Amino acid sequence: MIFFLQNLVNALQWGSFYALIALGYSMVYGILMLFNFAHGDIFMVGAYIGFGVATGLLALVSTGMITAPNWMILVLTILFSMILTSFVGMIVERVGYRPLRDAPRASAAITGLMIGIILETGNLILLGARRVSFPALIQTETYNLGGVYITNKKIMIVVVSLALMLALHQFVQRTKWGMAMRAMAYDYTVVPLMGVSINTIARLTFAIGSALAAAAGILFGVAYPVLDPYMGIVFGWKAFVAAILGGRGSVLGATLAGFLLGFIEIFVAMIFPSTLRDLIAYSIILLILVFRPHGFFGEPYSARLRL
Amino acid sequence: MAENNGGGSVWVRTGQILTAFFSPIPLLGWLSGAVFAIFLEHIIGNSLAVLLGLPKIPVLFGFVIALKEPTLIPGAIAYVSLIFVIPICIIGRLSSPVTNLVAEKLLKLPLFFSVVFHVGILYGVLHFWSDISPYRVLTLKLTLIAVMMTLSLNVINGYMGEFSCSHPGFMALGAYAASVFSLVFFTKDRIFGEPLLSPVLGPFMFPLALIFGGMVAALGAMVIAIPSFRTRGDYLAIISLAFMFIVKSMIENLEVVGGPRGLSSQPNWANLPTVFIWTVLCIWIINNFVRSTLGKALNAVRDDEMAADAMTVNTRRTKMVAFLFAAFWAGVSGGLFAHVLRYVNPSTFGLQKLAEVLAMVYFGGLNSVYGSIVGAVSLSILGEMLRPLEIYKWIFIPLLLILVMIYRPTGLIAFKEFDVRSIVHPRKRDKE
Repeated sequence: MIFFLQNLVNALQWGSFYALIALGYSMVYGILMLFNFAHGDIFMVGAYIGFGVATGLLALVSTGMITAPNWMILVLTILFSMILTSFVGMIVERVGYRPLRDAPRASAAITGLMIGIILETGNLILLGARRVSFPALIQTETYNLGGVYITNKKIMIVVVSLALMLALHQFVQRTKWGMAMRAMAYDYTVVPLMGVSINTIARLTFAIGSALAAAAGILFGVAYPVLDPYMGIVFGWKAFVAAILGGRGSVLGATLAGFLLGFIEIFVAMIFPSTLRDLIAYSIILLILVFRPHGFFGEPYSARLRL
Repeated sequence: MAENNGGGSVWVRTGQILTAFFSPIPLLGWLSGAVFAIFLEHIIGNSLAVLLGLPKIPVLFGFVIALKEPTLIPGAIAYVSLIFVIPICIIGRLSSPVTNLVAEKLLKLPLFFSVVFHVGILYGVLHFWSDISPYRVLTLKLTLIAVMMTLSLNVINGYMGEFSCSHPGFMALGAYAASVFSLVFFTKDRIFGEPLLSPVLGPFMFPLALIFGGMVAALGAMVIAIPSFRTRGDYLAIISLAFMFIVKSMIENLEVVGGPRGLSSQPNWANLPTVFIWTVLCIWIINNFVRSTLGKALNAVRDDEMAADAMTVNTRRTKMVAFLFAAFWAGVSGGLFAHVLRYVNPSTFGLQKLAEVLAMVYFGGLNSVYGSIVGAVSLSILGEMLRPLEIYKWIFIPLLLILVMIYRPTGLIAFKEFDVRSIVHPRKRDKE
């Protein structure tokens, strides 16, 4: 039981990265009916921007220009990086997706992949091939709850991701922008006739998705403080798997499937040798899709966003 | 057009002159020009390179030298134009009456002779071109393998309109199966010990190894083909992606074939003629396949599955055959790949390979055998030529692809039939 609970905690943390990234995939899919394959690399860019912002803020603190406790720096880092990365997302949309809005969907997939390669290579050129380590902003403290060890980082990661997901939900349900997004997801052709600009909504969606990915990147940096330019590839594809597994365009589904993927990976690694992790995890996903070909919340042969 | 006095008219005029100059040259003419150029390079290549101040003969049309050492750019350009461009154009044009006549005579015989004649000359050109350096041979082999791979992916992604991500997986299956076949039966090595049959037989049995690799890959494709009956599009993309990860992870965990360390010491049987013959076979068979009734059924399934079903297309059988067929050729190309490099490891067949193959298919053009050949050849040669740019290569090539996707979303040469008869046909002058 303790063993199970311990892994549950680890899986919650691992799954929140997937869920945050998968949300970005799913939202873009809901609006534009295509997947942003550069999203994994936007996660990477977000982590690096977070690294830059955090290092900069720490330097300011050490020179004595501002005084702030470390947790404040972390909050500021997350906020600034989310804003900066959302601009990256908007640029990606402008360059890679807007010119291809009426093209076959596979072509947009190719531009997404290629933008991803450009982001990786650009990072490699700018910062070199060495890995950078994310500054340790909070000290790890371990709590023992009846045999289950929980660190403050894990709590923070899960809480921050759940808070972001809740904020997204409120935004989509309560604001006019959110209403416009839901409308656009409901009918892609008619809603622009009602005076809602599809370009604005698409840009907004990319911005929000990228901001969430940036948050995931920083949280990842807090938990595993080594960043390298190719870290986005594997995460991006796995989150893509989660987004599909949840049902395309379904935000709730993407969240749940992200956590589920985290659970599967952690528990497989615990029970079996860890080299078998991918093999078993993907076999389970394959089986799920064979028996439920449109994911958990997806609708067969139609694609609507459920927010 | 003729009244135009702007800057465009010069270009239009030049274009017309060039078209008039080149249009009477049949394929045979270009080939004979190429033959001449190759012999020219063999005879005077070295001394010309010394004369122009180049360290050695430019291996890939001078690009590598020019990018490494910018001062050598004029020399490289002069070399390429003196050896390749000018002789090919002039010989092609001068010989065009003769070559047209020959092509016409050949066409009177069954088409087969004409094709074999052309392919034979093409092989000769490639053989003697690559004779000059081993680097050319390797590049050429890998390019031909890329052509096979791209073509087979185009059957699924272009002709059937699914977005399959499993091709690296099929390739891995083919590569490992063919390697194991040739290692178990015909080679003495660390893992499998003494060969079961005499190694002398080996090179003759190499096709069997490749076919075995293809069969194993086709067997693996069943895993994707069966779910494809119930779902399409993104879900199938995920199923195929999961398949790719599963295959990679499975091979990593199989200690018998070396696990993550990879499998090496494959026999050196995949020489240039073998690879070339398999590529020609692959182009021929796939071209016939997509022009057959079954191939047209693929297009019907892509455009509207329900309508195709109503029109008595057996959609399940069509999907099954397409997946198995494409996987077979991917497996064969994987087997050749393993025997060319004589070393494979599971991480070769990962997301990087996937991005590469997808880029080749969509760059060249969907639904087109021509497009696949063009896409695979141009991207793999470009990748080799831009090697001196090092990391900047991976900015340049993706940018090129994005531009192609923006201006030609279906690829350079999409939806074009590969008609052998019109390719080998003699060219007539317009005036006569």
